[in-house]
Amino acid sequence: MLLALGVAITSSPGWPNVKELFFSWEHAKGVFPDVLDGFWLNVRLFLICEVVILVLGLLVALARVARSPWLAPVRVLAVVYTDLLRGIPTLLLVLMLGFGMPALGLQGVPISGTFWAGVALVLSYSAYVAEVFRAGIDSVHPSQVASAQALGLSRPQALRFVVVPQAVRRVVPPLLNDFVSLQKDTALVSAVAVFDAVFAARDYAAYNFNYTPYVVVAAFFVVLTVPLARFTDWLQRRWLARERAGQL
Amino acid sequence: MSALLEVRGLRKAYGDRLVLDSVDLDVHAHDVVCLIGSSGSGKSTLLRCLDLLEDVDDGTITLGGVEISDPLVDPREVRKRVGMVFQAYNLFPHLSVLDNCTLAPRRVHGDSKAAAEERALGLLDQFGLAEHARKHPDRLSGGQQQRVALVRALCTGPDLLLLDEITAALDPELVGEVLTIVRDLAAAGTTMVLATHEMAFARDVATKVCFLHQGRILEQGPPDQLFTDPREDRTRQFLARVLPA
Ligand SMILES: Nc1ncnc2c1ncn2[C@@H]1O[C@H](COP(=O)(O)OP(=O)(O)OP(=O)(O)O)[C@@H](O)[C@H]1O
Ligand SMILES: [Mg+2]
Repeated sequence: MLLALGVAITSSPGWPNVKELFFSWEHAKGVFPDVLDGFWLNVRLFLICEVVILVLGLLVALARVARSPWLAPVRVLAVVYTDLLRGIPTLLLVLMLGFGMPALGLQGVPISGTFWAGVALVLSYSAYVAEVFRAGIDSVHPSQVASAQALGLSRPQALRFVVVPQAVRRVVPPLLNDFVSLQKDTALVSAVAVFDAVFAARDYAAYNFNYTPYVVVAAFFVVLTVPLARFTDWLQRRWLARERAGQL
Repeated sequence: MSALLEVRGLRKAYGDRLVLDSVDLDVHAHDVVCLIGSSGSGKSTLLRCLDLLEDVDDGTITLGGVEISDPLVDPREVRKRVGMVFQAYNLFPHLSVLDNCTLAPRRVHGDSKAAAEERALGLLDQFGLAEHARKHPDRLSGGQQQRVALVRALCTGPDLLLLDEITAALDPELVGEVLTIVRDLAAAGTTMVLATHEMAFARDVATKVCFLHQGRILEQGPPDQLFTDPREDRTRQFLARVLPA
């Protein structure tokens, strides 16, 4: 199948043209240093955003499962936050914050497009991650909370020591899945002229009328995401096996 | 002597369904009170009410002279003095046996880690579980898990222990090891209220047996009287069904 497809493509009338436009060895070598430089920004952005997203996502999830009456406003806020930010396409958030916030010219507000593009990624992804955490918290059986309470733990203590640790364990595979997606979406920051790998590639492509840089960037992303995707798979299978071990 | 636990006129409904109705019960120190009755008669609900895990609709519960059914009472203060064990063990699967046992002493009672572990290890040893202290609960048999749950409840040194059909989820050959522990606790003077379907056991360890029927304590008395010469027809019918002829 793949072979047939490969033959079909390479024997097509336009192939020599496409080959020169997308798979030129010269241009690949030419753009490599710039893409490598830009990609380092993508990696850093990913690593920093990931940590902030985890913390913010967990806080929003906890706000949503809070029971105390005086936390009701926080709960409403958390619902609005997740609904709204999951509804807005990430690209639009990046554009709005990346161009809008620096343009405000407010004292003390960072003017770096990179910073605001990162904030946009954090806002968008933390809304997803909050829902993942909440699903994990909901999946812990209520009898666990009951026995924590019977031991005298307060509800926050029951969450902290009993519910959240179990929830986090359960949601690691879906979380890693979201992070594979986040790694790719760091490319969106190029939309606000942040000099990341994609922007570097686009710059080179426009100057040289050749699209090989895009293929090079794609290869970079594949190299970054595949190991994480494999790791996610492996973890998921291992935990599934362990969970089922006692039930046979 | 005034009772450790006094229940007066306790009423509890789920929606329209009256689950407990005018329940009166006295539990003195060193008493072992067994709640018996058919499924759905309200045994678990009564125990949950005693631990303030359910809101009661009417009536009072007094523990050591303090009315704990008062909404102003912090349930956590009550649960510091009362231990509860559930049918399904409800151990925390992400914590080792030892950490299960030291969680409440450390986080609720403010004991040091060393003190909590020393006490927990002592109790685990006493109940033949010392070798399992570092394992996670899912590595243990049902009987072992339920014994851990008992130790966990005992680690805070409760004045009163509530046990809800703690052998009901166990394979028959594992029931004995758990009942032996409860028997030892009873002999050591532990005050307990327990719901059970094990009539022979109830007869053996109880100082008082209460027969619940449709949310009421229809009859209560010492096991010898209640099992051999019940006053109520309902009790007689129930016993005829559950006791081997
Ligand atoms: N959360 C609830 N909501 C509504 N009804 C409930 C709830 N919990 C219990 N009930 C009802 O209350 C009644 C008493 O239940 P309870 O669990 O106390 O009985 P039980 O004597 O412990 O029975 P079993 O021997 O089966 O454990 C039952 O009819 C049950 O359906
Ligand atoms: Mg029950």
